[in-house]
Amino acid sequence: MELEVKSVAPPTTFRLMNLQKKMRFKEQAIEGVLFLVGVLTIFITLSIVFVLGNEALLFFEDPEVTLAEFLGSTKWAPAIGEFGIWALVSATLTTSVIALAVAVPLGLSAAIYLSEYASLRVRSILKPILEILAGIPTVVYGYFALMFVTPLLRSVVGNQIGVYNMLSAGLVMGIMILPLMSSMSEDALNAVPNSLREAAYALGSTRFEAALQVVVPAAFSGIGAAIIVGVSRAVGETMIVAIASGATSKFTFNPLEAAETMTAHIARISGGDLSYNSIDYNSLFAIALMLFLVTLVLNLLSQWIVKRFREQYE
Amino acid sequence: MFVSLREKEESTTSTQAAQPTQEYAIETRNLNIYYGDFLAVQDVNLQIQKQKITAIIGPSGCGKSTLLRAFNRMNDFVNGARVEGEVLMHGVNLYGKDIDPVEVRRRIGMVFQKPNPFPKSIYENIAWGARINGYKGNMDDLVEQALRAAALWNEVKDKLKRNAYELSGGQQQRLCIARAIAVRPEIILMDEPASSLDPISTLRIEELMQELKKNYTIIIVTHNMQQAARVSDYTAMMMLDSETRAGTVIEFNDTKTIFTRPRDKRTEDYVTGRFG
Repeated sequence: MELEVKSVAPPTTFRLMNLQKKMRFKEQAIEGVLFLVGVLTIFITLSIVFVLGNEALLFFEDPEVTLAEFLGSTKWAPAIGEFGIWALVSATLTTSVIALAVAVPLGLSAAIYLSEYASLRVRSILKPILEILAGIPTVVYGYFALMFVTPLLRSVVGNQIGVYNMLSAGLVMGIMILPLMSSMSEDALNAVPNSLREAAYALGSTRFEAALQVVVPAAFSGIGAAIIVGVSRAVGETMIVAIASGATSKFTFNPLEAAETMTAHIARISGGDLSYNSIDYNSLFAIALMLFLVTLVLNLLSQWIVKRFREQYE
Repeated sequence: MFVSLREKEESTTSTQAAQPTQEYAIETRNLNIYYGDFLAVQDVNLQIQKQKITAIIGPSGCGKSTLLRAFNRMNDFVNGARVEGEVLMHGVNLYGKDIDPVEVRRRIGMVFQKPNPFPKSIYENIAWGARINGYKGNMDDLVEQALRAAALWNEVKDKLKRNAYELSGGQQQRLCIARAIAVRPEIILMDEPASSLDPISTLRIEELMQELKKNYTIIIVTHNMQQAARVSDYTAMMMLDSETRAGTVIEFNDTKTIFTRPRDKRTEDYVTGRFG
């Protein structure tokens, strides 16, 4: 049936107006559902932390280990009752720093090129290619590190680099994070209003001066977010380090050596047949809690840096 | 490789000293501006007088801003924009093959429709442009001079380290003018500089323009005919060509003539508000 609109003028005959409150059940139901979903995500996060804490508590209650040893010792050898977390943390930090040293400068450079220099056509070709890198499974990256990058490093630097080493794992991890870094940074740079670029150009700045001194500082909060995500990816990455950086826990910051990260250790140990409630089993939760804390601290640090140095535009 | 405008200026002065182009701040000859295949501005021949205010008026979409942005090659950043004809400054074609557009923009400053200060401190907003242009002198002095010239010094002298976005819209626009002045251009282009401001801020900008024209040549695009009549010495009236649908200057004269005895009927209709 076709509705015929004769006129949009207000009706000439007014019925008694009804301005009384109506019950809108659909609205209320939707609001309720959305609220529940929001609560659920918070609840899940909290319960994970709770389970971690609870199980880790069992670990620290064990007479074989003390919190002081856990946080004070640099030797991790569960077989002989040594539980010094720093042996694992050092490897996580070393590989993550190497990864970020690769991903941040390269990712930011790629983002600046794509956002400030590349023509629309070049960008429409390059960006999808870069994002394909993000789709490669990390196990492939792991073998790439072990089978290609490590031999390459050994042929360049020499045999003081082991077959398993943190340098190779860190470099490849950086390549893995690169597309994420560049894609997120590019979005942040793109969001900077064009009027700021025009202001810079109109003062006689080159593209590079405008990009580096006006656009990047204005996009710093978005770039910072990219770095935060990158840090979390690096700290949490498991497969690459499990394959390429070795299975011996060792307190070292020397990237040429092999050392096991927290994640790789968890993956290796939990793959075996650990008996429930054994000290090895419980130690996994303590490591996981530590991993959580390291990520949290790095996130807070990044957020603080972003707040300190960003330039806010309205 | 670019040839500096100044060198070129000297060489042309010696060889073609009799050329009348020397009298003008900037001059266009048979200027056509295209966006891809679309002819946006057609056959513009303007002679902009030194240390005067020239207004470009006309209805929306007739290419006023496009023409203005051709003067300092800001259209270079628009995909597919290209130019035919010449824009001459000191006898040098700014679209010549060996011209560096960065050098052009350093000599021809621009103030935009919406205030666009950098999200930096008030001080840094002014210092930045000077610094990238290689200014080596006392930066504090330069910042103060530029702010004084833009009639903003007294309002901001105690908060130079504060973010520019804390200023009001009118103050931000004067900061943008101060920023443009600090690179010491010869010409300042203004693209509807007061259109986003309240009447009092607008008045202050207009007063400032009268002050600035003692040292600078100003070209202003404005929608506001009263403003053009109030501030400008010369006025260019633009309109779409009825056949090609490209914007063109239909009349260019001193402002008084344009507003009192225009030669073109369309100009008369437009300035008296009987347009369309």
